Amino acid sequence: MTVTDTLESLLRGFFPDASELAVEDRTGGGDHFQVIVASRRFEGLSLVEQHRLVYEALAEPLRDGSIHELRIKTRGMA
Amino acid sequence: MSQSKEQLSEQIKGIIENEPVSLFMKGTPQLVMCGNSDRVLRTLRAAGATVTTVDVLPDPQIRQELSALSGWPTIPQVFIGGELVGGADIVEELYANGELQAKLDATLGTEREASVRTAELGAAA
Repeated sequence: MTVTDTLESLLRGFFPDASELAVEDRTGGGDHFQVIVASRRFEGLSLVEQHRLVYEALAEPLRDGSIHELRIKTRGMA
Repeated sequence: MSQSKEQLSEQIKGIIENEPVSLFMKGTPQLVMCGNSDRVLRTLRAAGATVTTVDVLPDPQIRQELSALSGWPTIPQVFIGGELVGGADIVEELYANGELQAKLDATLGTEREASVRTAELGAAA
């Protein structure tokens, strides 16, 4: 399982309602990622709060250093 | 010379609370060491912010203590008026929709000029 797959499955588990969910390995090197998540859970939250949820979902790979750089794009379902 | 974690944490807190706009980044404005730090700096400059930057690279403890204070795991981190605004993605998004400029207007006033200064953490403080 690649890191990309790991991130995707962690996000799917955390945002089961996601209408859009994508993880892109930006450089092909397996450590610079762009994630996109659309979920109802983001509605009514500030961007900081939205990104905090993504960080919570990806806490483990953020801690163990398998993510060197993370770009995040979040949106509600509306 | 090393200092205690508590002292470092207090220094970081002091910068966040006392500087109108602070940016914790990898490298310095003269030599930026990370793409996201570069994106944030460019965006803040474009928005006309007066920014105080802190390089987190000289000591890994800076980053640890900063993240413990902010609850934000990645670098860069931007604070305006003592409040965490976010990292590069959020700053760019808020710039695009005008909210960044509004926050800066509220903290720095509308008659502001883009400028950058660097704060040092550690020994001398």
